[in-house]
Amino acid sequence: MDGWGGILLLAVIGVGFGIVSVVLSYFLGPRNPTPEKLAAYECGMPPVGDARERQSVKFYLIAMIFLLFDIEVAFLYPWALAMRQLSWPGLIQITVFFSILVVGYIYIWRKGVLDWGPEYDPDYKRPPKPGPAVVKRYRYGTRN
Amino acid sequence: MISSSFDAIIPMLCVALAGLVVLLAEAFRGRDEKMPIGGLAIIGLVGAGAASILLWNRNATSFGVVTADNFSLFVNLVLIGVGILTVMFSSQTIERDGIPAGEYYAVMLFGIVGMMLMGQATDLLVIFLALETMSLAVYVLTGIRREQQQSTEAAFKYFLLGAFASSFFLYGVAFLYGVTGSTSLDRIGTVIAAQSMSGNPMILLGVGLLIVGFAFKVAAVPFHMWSPDAYEGAPAVVTGFMSTGVKAAAVAAFVRVFLSSLEPMITDWAPVLWLIAAATMVLGTVVGVAQTSLKRMLAYSSIAHGGYLLAGLVAGNDVGKAAILFYLAAYALTNLGAFGVIALLGTRERANDDLRDYAGLFKSHPALAVLMTFFLLSLGGFPPTAGFIAKWYVFSAAIGSGYYGLAIIGVLSSVVSVFFYLRIVVMMFMTDRDARPVPAPITTVAYAGLVLSLAGVLYLGVLPTAVIDFAQASISTIF
Repeated sequence: MDGWGGILLLAVIGVGFGIVSVVLSYFLGPRNPTPEKLAAYECGMPPVGDARERQSVKFYLIAMIFLLFDIEVAFLYPWALAMRQLSWPGLIQITVFFSILVVGYIYIWRKGVLDWGPEYDPDYKRPPKPGPAVVKRYRYGTRN
Repeated sequence: MISSSFDAIIPMLCVALAGLVVLLAEAFRGRDEKMPIGGLAIIGLVGAGAASILLWNRNATSFGVVTADNFSLFVNLVLIGVGILTVMFSSQTIERDGIPAGEYYAVMLFGIVGMMLMGQATDLLVIFLALETMSLAVYVLTGIRREQQQSTEAAFKYFLLGAFASSFFLYGVAFLYGVTGSTSLDRIGTVIAAQSMSGNPMILLGVGLLIVGFAFKVAAVPFHMWSPDAYEGAPAVVTGFMSTGVKAAAVAAFVRVFLSSLEPMITDWAPVLWLIAAATMVLGTVVGVAQTSLKRMLAYSSIAHGGYLLAGLVAGNDVGKAAILFYLAAYALTNLGAFGVIALLGTRERANDDLRDYAGLFKSHPALAVLMTFFLLSLGGFPPTAGFIAKWYVFSAAIGSGYYGLAIIGVLSSVVSVFFYLRIVVMMFMTDRDARPVPAPITTVAYAGLVLSLAGVLYLGVLPTAVIDFAQASISTIF
């Protein structure tokens, strides 16, 4: 039980400080409520409507994919730190890991997950390669 | 200490590579373009099979956490068989139900990678990783018919309960790590053996939690609740895949953990598993009798079969270990065949898995009825089939270890189970009402798959010696 005294002390002080400050400010603090003060804290903005709105499923998809590719970076840092000790096998492994992710990336790209917007069409056929004429049309907004 | 050889993971690499190729093929597939994606999957699986055979007797290890000993290679071969047969049955279901083919095969192959890793892992954390890889794939496959409510419900139930079970497992790993200071099975085994700590509450807690995690994946009573719903909601081919592949992989890891590193504590966990095995056999059989849906019935039957497998694990002797391997092979072939038939008889709108739908099947589809009869007889354990030898082998292992009670419960429950298997046979042959018409003609590939399973079932039933020797050689290397 020797080493635990410090932890107990930390817990007591941590919880105690929280309780004491809440209780003290409840009894000592002046109270001048205004509608703004009573409103839900919204980063300084006046709150608008309910937070439970329908969101486009795209956000979830992008969030999920972000998570996947973020993990990739989480793996890269430790590998970079231990690169010399791991040497070639480590390099091979991280390359394999990367190639697997690249396959996933190609897959989601081709499947149109990264196409944002309502015009995404599962029946989408690859358009003919944009030649100079097409580019011109888009750039200047003129027909031919 | 850490070996950087890649030998032991070559079978998994083959399957994973096939999965990636399938994913790429699907990505670059034009709309409405047909691709022989199932063929790609089979190539990868055959490559993995060849690699597993070449690794035989080599005892290769990779990274210190993955081993390719004969035990895991035997399990690998069973899993590859499961994979190939599932692919053969799948093409028809995919066309009929409009399942996205590329995703289906890719997820299935990644699931097989997880299953193979589960048999090959020698570290609790890697086993957990494999468990999750496998489970995620199977959750997705369960709910792959997104537009069907029942399918989605099954997937969600399976996912939630599976996630809980995984956390139990992980908690058990944490306790074992806390006591022994390692997650490596070898290390845990030596620590436990060195300092007889069977009375230590922490380690008992850890072992108990591991049992919960594994029992869930094997669908053992009382952790079986998910399986009838998940099995019924999933497409029949997927049900066949998960009732055999997941079970084989989970049992393999179960056996490896409990009979290698936790062997010194056998007096502690054997009574618990005895109870679980007995309850699983009895409940799976008794509740199975009351079912009218064939898929649910076979789900309960597969729970009961999990009980027989656990009986081999409780026995814990050499016969028991070999018996488990043999049982896995026999059960995989039989059950896949049975679910293959169910899958072929379904339609897009209706699974046609009601018992009444099988009335007079012999008249409309004589070949399917005969095949199904053999699979059901094998599940019930009738002599000329694989199921008989497998059950006899498991029960003789239990008797060899002095577990007469368990063997008697097993025999009795398999006698009861014969009732509901034979009920289907009677339905198919002796009732007049015509079965519902099958809209899609059955493809040659699917027939070939069924015949292949039947050949395997009869081979294991009539000439089991070769495979029994093979199974015995597989266990001698690790335990």
